[in-house]
Amino acid sequence: MLLLSCPWCGDRSEQEFACGGEAHIVRPLAPEDLDDRAWGDYVFMRRNEKGLHFERWRHVHGCGRWFNVARNTVTHEILAIYQVGDDRPELPE
Amino acid sequence: MTSLRHQPLAHLALAARREPPVADAGVTLRALPYRPSIILRGESGDAGFVAAFRAGMGFELPLDPNRISSHDGVTALWLGPSEWLILGAMGPAGQGRLATALTGHHHAIINNGDGQQIIALSGPRARDVLGKLCPLDLESPDLAPGHCARSILARCSILLHPQPDGAYHIHVGRSFADYAWRLLADAGLTYGVAVASGD
Ligand SMILES: [Zn+2]
Repeated sequence: MLLLSCPWCGDRSEQEFACGGEAHIVRPLAPEDLDDRAWGDYVFMRRNEKGLHFERWRHVHGCGRWFNVARNTVTHEILAIYQVGDDRPELPE
Repeated sequence: MTSLRHQPLAHLALAARREPPVADAGVTLRALPYRPSIILRGESGDAGFVAAFRAGMGFELPLDPNRISSHDGVTALWLGPSEWLILGAMGPAGQGRLATALTGHHHAIINNGDGQQIIALSGPRARDVLGKLCPLDLESPDLAPGHCARSILARCSILLHPQPDGAYHIHVGRSFADYAWRLLADAGLTYGVAVASGD
């Protein structure tokens, strides 16, 4: 089981959290200008990294807040926890 | 008088099963009677909102995570950086007083109505019973009295409110009250379970 450190509540069990998938996906400012392929890309296409992955988590059975996590998908090591809206932290691949 | 609609555990007929606290019972379970409560939303960083609460209610809203403050029968429990549970004296008059105090500041007051049931878990083995079902570090100073935490009890979401006497008040949504009660009663069997009066 993972121990995640909520930016507000501190270390809590993974059971209290929900993973919200890949982070840093920006909604296009003018969706009406996109062709179907580009829109489909935004809505459906996700990276499936083996290794370093940036993802969103929510402390759903806790303070309810969203935050970002950099996690190694092979070892489950948590490499960084940072706020929604912050840039990806610099991490070794 | 508390009416039946306020009693999510009425079907368990707890009154008929109440026993005088057994000397060797490791834990005592008690369904607390209905108390009006509300959810208050507002921003911790909004100094005007925080000051208006202090001016109207006579005490500080807890701004640090998982902390509690109380005054004059009203208790505010931190649920998130923009969310608090206000317990006690939150009937129509109390809600009106709070709404008046916060007028002009961005906020929301949400009436919990009958949505919650509080189960009190007490006795010398209360922590052991809770520890079977809840992943929180119950020995952490972050869960000493004066703190609270939302977490889970097996598969259901709870708000845990440790009491000065070592007991725990466990808040659950009313539709989970039966599940939570039966789980706690089962987890306590090893140590002996007493059912106490709800008052
Ligand atoms: Zn949290």
